[in-house]
Amino acid sequence: MKINDVILQTVTKIVVFIILTFGVELFLSGHYNPGGGFIGGLVLSSAFVLLYLVFDIETVHKGIPFDFKKVAAFGVLLAVGTGLGSVLFGASFLTQTASHFNLPVFGATELSTVMLFEAGVALTVVGVVVTIILSISEDV
Amino acid sequence: MNNILVMPMIIPLLTGVLLVFIRSYVLIQRVFSLVSIAVTVAVSVTILNLIQSDGILRLDFGGWLPPYGISFVADSFSMLLVLTTAIVTGILLIYAFSSIGRAHENMFFYPFVFFLIAGVNGSFLTGDLFNLFVCFEVMLLSSYVLITLGGRKVQLVESIKYISINVLSSWFFLVGIAYLYGTVGTLNMAHLSVRIAEVGQGPLLTVISIIFLIVFSLKSGLLLYFWLPGSYSAPPTVVAALFGALLTKVGIYAMFRVFTLIFYHEPGVTHLIIGIMAAITMIGGSIGAIAYNDIRKIVSYNVVIAVGFILVGLAVSTEVAIQGSIYYLIHDMIIKALLFVIAGTMIYLTGTARIQNMSGLIRNYPLLGWLFFITMLSLAGIPPLSGFIGKVYVGQGAIEAGAFVLLAIAFLSSIFVLYSLLRIFLNCFWGETIINEDDDVPLKKGMLIPMVLFGILTIALGVGAEGLAPYVSDAARTLMNPEIYIDAVLNSDS
Amino acid sequence: METIITILVGVLVTVAVYLLLSKSLVRVILGTAILSHAVHLLLMTMGGLKKGAVPLLGENAESYTDALPQALILTAIVISFAVTSFLLVLAYRTYKETGSDNLATLRGFKDE
Repeated sequence: MKINDVILQTVTKIVVFIILTFGVELFLSGHYNPGGGFIGGLVLSSAFVLLYLVFDIETVHKGIPFDFKKVAAFGVLLAVGTGLGSVLFGASFLTQTASHFNLPVFGATELSTVMLFEAGVALTVVGVVVTIILSISEDV
Repeated sequence: MNNILVMPMIIPLLTGVLLVFIRSYVLIQRVFSLVSIAVTVAVSVTILNLIQSDGILRLDFGGWLPPYGISFVADSFSMLLVLTTAIVTGILLIYAFSSIGRAHENMFFYPFVFFLIAGVNGSFLTGDLFNLFVCFEVMLLSSYVLITLGGRKVQLVESIKYISINVLSSWFFLVGIAYLYGTVGTLNMAHLSVRIAEVGQGPLLTVISIIFLIVFSLKSGLLLYFWLPGSYSAPPTVVAALFGALLTKVGIYAMFRVFTLIFYHEPGVTHLIIGIMAAITMIGGSIGAIAYNDIRKIVSYNVVIAVGFILVGLAVSTEVAIQGSIYYLIHDMIIKALLFVIAGTMIYLTGTARIQNMSGLIRNYPLLGWLFFITMLSLAGIPPLSGFIGKVYVGQGAIEAGAFVLLAIAFLSSIFVLYSLLRIFLNCFWGETIINEDDDVPLKKGMLIPMVLFGILTIALGVGAEGLAPYVSDAARTLMNPEIYIDAVLNSDS
Repeated sequence: METIITILVGVLVTVAVYLLLSKSLVRVILGTAILSHAVHLLLMTMGGLKKGAVPLLGENAESYTDALPQALILTAIVISFAVTSFLLVLAYRTYKETGSDNLATLRGFKDE
């Protein structure tokens, strides 16, 4: 059964980008303001879930050829990896650091290792949520 | 700062994650998981010896000092359990190689075993009550996956009960944490102990401690074991063995930690209740163990009896009794894994789980028969096997404390253990053989080797208890004197 | 405020227990979800409802609200999210496998 939802599909094509941008915004603001990896990841994954709902699984899979289980695993790896990174520098496990850089385009920017950790969290959330939705919807 | 402390949790976690990426390469998965377990064992031994020379170790995550940050604390008790967990898992993995089947190996079986181990080790090492909850959940979520993996009907149905019960007990855990935080305003275990010693353990705090008692008895199967036999007989042998050997022990560990470190001021209430619960558990377990003809059920009820027995040590709470409990805890992790594996192998060989349908197995599989015999003696507590020393110390402690009723029930339950297993032995291994030479299912070497390894371990633990003694007595001393633990967590700068 | 929230927690627990005791699997799962919401509210109430400013850097306030309960709740929410979604998938699989979501008919399999 193929449903042709022209309106939904057209709207989705635009809305997905708005959701994705909002997700990234939430993710980046997470250091000193409300936001962060978990919430950002949830918003990002809602964009993917919307795509899967509107277009069918095969179409989306052609566009985003990831195994989302591996995305989740990679996220955990990144998060734990930043924790272990501090061990290499002789600090306690999960120690985070931050400092200011002058980047060419962005100007004075604060970069911190916590962002890598949060990126891991976000990837894990995206991977897990999409996997859950896919495994429920698999054979409908 | 002792970053090595986090390794028993991080190595399994990283291994599990990396194994996800190589799910289709079974051979690499096997080698990789064995290597990782070997490293975990080595790290655990190192930490255990470090504790003997430097005292209790502490690691503050991210350099946030306790009681504000999350910390891992390792004393002899927790490290002994971490070490045993790693060894038992390693041997069970060898059994899994030949028994679990290709479909499981491709469906993330090994990663989830490692996530389970990460959760178990994290629970043993954490020094923070909320972190204990998180590690419990890591362990439980992995166990949910492992119990359903394969998706047979009975697994699905049993896992619904298992998960519902555990969701409920997690809920009680959170309620307990909420009330405790509202009352004393901290969740670090050492800090909790100090605060409660300051204000005194009034009726309110005692009630909160009972909530924790409910939580941990649901997890460990103390009195609230009604869910256990069903859930532990549904999954494949290896998974059942992992659960039987490790999961209930985490609940027991938490109970020991909480009732010796935090809520130790009102033994007349809390420890009395634990004693009564232990007694009823042993009686109920004994009745269950002799009532069923399904070998998996009998074995599961044996887990229940052991839980009751170990907690006799906590109920009487003398140093000798606690030593006995620790010996018995280590022994039980090894021997329950062996018992579950043997039971699973018997089912694999005969294709039935009912003991009246098996007969004369010792003729076809002599080594299996003798291994079962050793297991039986070890569980009954015959010297020089590993169960003996634990039973002696628990008994001695109970006599010191004058808990004669508890002592009588504990030793009577040993006789019931012996009887229930003797019934299996007489029915299944003796008698006329029912398997003729032609359709004799060969016993794979890969199944036999791990069983022999467990057999060697139980003998070695019994004969070499002397070598383990300094560690165990240090562990018991730390448990009986909370100030050692508190001092290491709050006052030392590491 | 604390009293009202505590009563709300009680109401939620009542609803959840009612749902948990029903025979339909989906209701049981909804029950566990509501149960966990109740305990999250309880955690927040026990930590003390809004006592001061938001615990963020740059808010120059006299006192700050305790941030720890929020952290605990966030963790607990993540965990209950994972467990609930796992239960939903499991219920779906069980329904496909047995054709029933009634817990009374899902009891006891003598074979296997």
